[in-house]
Order: sequence, then structure tokens, then C-alpha cells
Amino acid sequence: MATQYTKGIAGIWDKESLILKAARKTRETGFTKFEAISPYAVHGMEEACGITRSWIPYVTFIAGLIGLLSGLALTYWTSAVDWAVNVGGKPFFSLPAFIPIIFELTILFAALSSVGALFYACKMPKIDPPIIDPDLSCHKFAIFIPYNDVGYDESKIEKMFKELGALEVKKTEY
Amino acid sequence: MIKRSPLVLGNKTLKDVTDDICAPVERFPSKGWVALFLGAKTLLLFYICILGAVVGIGIGLLGVTHPVFWGTMIVTFVFWIGIGHAGTLISAVLFLFRQKWRTSVARTAEAMTVFAVMTAGLFPLLHTGRPWLDYWLFPYPNQRGPLWVNFRSPLLWDVFAVSTYATVSMVFWYIGLVPDFATIKDRAKNKIRKTVYGILSLGWRGTAKNWSHYEMLYLLLAGLSTPLVLSVHTIVSFDFAVSNLPGWHTTIFPPYFVAGAIFSGFAMVVTLMTLVRIGFKEFKDYVTLDHMEVMNKIIMTTGMIVGYAYASEFFIAWYSGNPYERFVFANRAFGPYGWAYWMMVSCNVLSPQVFWFKKMRRSIPVMFVVSIFVNIGMWFERFVITVTSLHRDFLPANWGMYQWSWFDTGVLVGSFGMFLTLFLLYLRLFPAISIAEVKPVLNVGYEDEGGHH
Repeated sequence: MATQYTKGIAGIWDKESLILKAARKTRETGFTKFEAISPYAVHGMEEACGITRSWIPYVTFIAGLIGLLSGLALTYWTSAVDWAVNVGGKPFFSLPAFIPIIFELTILFAALSSVGALFYACKMPKIDPPIIDPDLSCHKFAIFIPYNDVGYDESKIEKMFKELGALEVKKTEY
Repeated sequence: MIKRSPLVLGNKTLKDVTDDICAPVERFPSKGWVALFLGAKTLLLFYICILGAVVGIGIGLLGVTHPVFWGTMIVTFVFWIGIGHAGTLISAVLFLFRQKWRTSVARTAEAMTVFAVMTAGLFPLLHTGRPWLDYWLFPYPNQRGPLWVNFRSPLLWDVFAVSTYATVSMVFWYIGLVPDFATIKDRAKNKIRKTVYGILSLGWRGTAKNWSHYEMLYLLLAGLSTPLVLSVHTIVSFDFAVSNLPGWHTTIFPPYFVAGAIFSGFAMVVTLMTLVRIGFKEFKDYVTLDHMEVMNKIIMTTGMIVGYAYASEFFIAWYSGNPYERFVFANRAFGPYGWAYWMMVSCNVLSPQVFWFKKMRRSIPVMFVVSIFVNIGMWFERFVITVTSLHRDFLPANWGMYQWSWFDTGVLVGSFGMFLTLFLLYLRLFPAISIAEVKPVLNVGYEDEGGHH
């Protein structure tokens, strides 16, 4: 997948409490396109960055519904319409017996579509994306502000990051 | 206030966690691992030969014959599917209940699920006798009418249940692994490792937005897996319960099978975890005695639920007033297969009772032995249900015995070769504890340093 990577500036921290403070401050300063990178899901990060609730559950619900209807359509059409076979005198459309099939297809559709939605939301899979620092998946945290964000000013941002206790500030690509 | 005991021992920093968990992936395998792997792999090769013979010459090599047409393959299928259930229980159900202790065992338990389901899935496919026609199990447009599959059959429900379960648990497991693959990729000094884990990590970078979606997806998958896992063993029990055979035709089967599945699965988790703790010393700080103790409590609880089900079956058989039903159960306990029945009762109901004592719950040798007993007992449970119900039914003219052959032994023992080979490879190649999930629970039980919770 061809993705354009943007240039910008990044600050690196090594404490969870500091990164939360830094994210909050960055947002309050007025930046909107910044990214906060962490090795694990930091509790309270969504609020600090102003991230709204994920939309994936809507996908799950609709996909589940489609799975349910597909299961119903499959069992009904094959058993009662296309070639109805009398099995032990049971009705052609034996709904109670079809429930396990319908249920499994609901789950299957919902689960796989949700994973698809995650891939779409996170733009995965991505080939060899630039990483700011290899320790960001281990014990460090970073905030990256792209050059095209509102009020981007390298020296000001650098000063702000330093004041927030950043270990390192570097110009990079993300 | 009751102080919580720490989930991770040794006051680890974030860096320590990464180093510890990545170590088995990054260092040269130990002699112990190589020895176990060679053993398991040899067993797998033996298994392949046995299965080759069973497919090539025919299913008649096994002891299945009139009147017992369901034998080792079905018994062992139910056994392995049951083993798988504990993994989903730990990773999904305990996640929904916010049981933080699950984090350090969830990954390995889930790997166990995936491998157990893979091992199990082979049996019904081979038991058809002509596995090259197994695609007939799926509803696909064909030139025979099209003649569709019979959706009223529990065996077909099983096809859908097991294949959905295998798919969803594999996806759930993989999604959990993605951030950890990214960690290994970022640490890799070696080019091949960087490339391989880079591909596996799908370009994961851990931005706050990504984590937000990721956590939501994880919750959703846990929510979907929970009813799924209950449905799978329910449907497996329908394979039996929907028939009219005394001993199979009972309404207690779904909950009884699900409880048994959790019971046997937790026993297998304990068996594997005691070994992992011996093999990988650094994991002892993550999978602590507290974890093992909690799992032993679950083993004892589910063991008693299973014991209650055994008793209830007998009561209902008597209470039903149906002579065939009464005969089957009397025959089960005191007939020619009585030894299997009492083996099952002593392994499943009696042996976990030692866990009433805290000392026993926290003793590694004791729990290892009990977990092995439970594994044996649960295999015999499925043997008892399948074989004893079939071997003496309504007409004495139809009575007979299961003709156990050494191919049955080969299939049973060999399936462990397949499972263990996959499991040992997993321990070496994948981070066996979830790095990204353990980090947020590092502070549990220690004094809080900041204002965060």
C-alpha cells in the first residue's frame, strides 16, 4: 500500500504519567493532527488526546445482522426452496434446527468484519512504516506533530516538549 | 482494605518485561527444549504414518465395528475440543469479567486452544473414512441437483461450530499477537528476524488512535468468543444428545459437556504451565504461584460440577422409570466397561479434592500430578459416554465390545505428538506472554507512584 509519510517533529518520554500530561498539553495548545505513540494501551490516553469512541462496534453489529440473515437465507433456501427433501417427516423449514447454523454464521461474520474494520481503521497491513524510535514498542512513549498541523512551529514545539520533560526531541518522518 | 498481591513479581520495569518475554524467542534454544521438540516431532512422524495407514488401508484398522461405530477418533475429538475451551475461557470470559490475573496466562492458553482445535479437527474429517470427499460437508452448489447438506443434523451443526470456532479463536489469538510482533521486530538485530516479524506485525505502530480501535476490537472479539465457546461444546454434546440412544439422549448434556470442557482445559493449562515455568525461568515472575492456585480452584470447582452431573445422570436414569435408560447406567458402572467408569470418577471427582488444602493448591508437583489425572479422567469420560452407550443398547442380539487395536493407541498417542510439536514451536517463535497486556498491570499490588490507577 502506498502511503505518504509526513515530516514533523517528535518528543520522546519514558514515563507514562509524563506522556499523558504531554498529550493533554499538546491538545490544549491547539494541535489536532498529532499522534501519541505508546508500547501498550495507556489508560486515559483517549481522553488526553481527545479521541472519540471507536466506530468498530457499528461494523460488528451490522455484520452480525448480515451473518444472521445469510444463515437464515441459506438454510431456508436450500432446505425448503431449492431442493426440499423430506427428512424424517420434519418440516422443510425446521427453524429450531437451523438456529445453530444461523448463530455460528452471525458470530463468524461479526468477528471477521470487525477485524477487517480494525485493519481499515489502522491502515494495516503497512509495509515497513518509519518508526521514530525502536524503543517505542518497549518502554518509551512519543508524541509526533506533523508539519502541516495548525500553528506548527518547530522551535516552539521543541521548547514545549522540553518543558514537559521530554528525553529527546527530534525531527522525523511518520 | 485487603491488599492485592502483585500480578508480576520482582518490581519489573517496562524494559525488563520486554526483555524477559522476548528472551526465549531471541536466544538459542536450550538443550531441554531441543530434546522435547525432537521427542514430540518423532511422535508426530509416527502419527502421520498411523494416519496414513488409517486413510490408505481404511478406518477398519481401528476398533470400530458393530455395534460400536464411534470409537477412538470421536472420543479423542471431543477430548481435544474440550481442552481448547479453557483457552477461550481464560482469554475471553475472564477478560469480560475484568480478571486481571488472566493477562499472563491468556496468550499460552489461547495458543493451546488453537493447537487443540487443530488436533481435534482432523478426527471427524478422517472418521468419515474418505477424507478426500470431506468438502461434501459444506453446502456448495453442485451438479447432483444441487443436493444440499442436511441442516437438521447435529453433525452438520458441528461442522459449522468447529470451523467457526477454529477461525475466530485463531483470529483472536493473532490480533493479540500483533503489537508483540512489532516489539520483537523493533528489537531485532538480525535481518531475517526483522523481516519475518515485520511481516507478522502488519506494520503496527501503536498510536493512541490505533490502540483505541484495538482495545475496542479486543473487547468485541471477547464478547463474541464467549457465546461461541459455549455454543461449540453444546453442539458437540448435541452430536450425542439429539440421538435416541439411552445414555446419550439426555437434556443435561450441554452444560455437562461445557463444564467438562473447562475442567479438562484448565487441567491442560496447568500441565503446560508447570512445564513452561520449569523450562523458561524468567516466566516464573509472570506466571506466579498465585496464578496456578486460582486455576487449581477452577479445576476443583468444575470437577465438582462434573461430579454432580455424573450423579444427576444416574438419578434421572432411575427416576425416568425407563428400563433401557436404567440398564445403560447400571451397565456403565458395573458392566464390562465398569473399570473405565471408575477410572473416570476417581480421576475427575476424587483427585481434584486435594485442592481443598492451600498447601496442595500451591504445590507444583501435586498440581502437575492432579492435572495429568484429570486429563486421563476426561479422556475416559468421553470413552465411557461414547462406547458404553453404544455397546449394549435395546436388543441383546446387538451387543458387543469395542475391538481396541494398536492403531487406536497410535491415533491417541500420536495426536499428542502433533499438539506438542505445535506448542513447542510456539514457545520458541512467539512471545508466550502478552507483552502489551502485562505492562498495564505491572503496578497492581505495588504502591501507586503517580495519580494513575
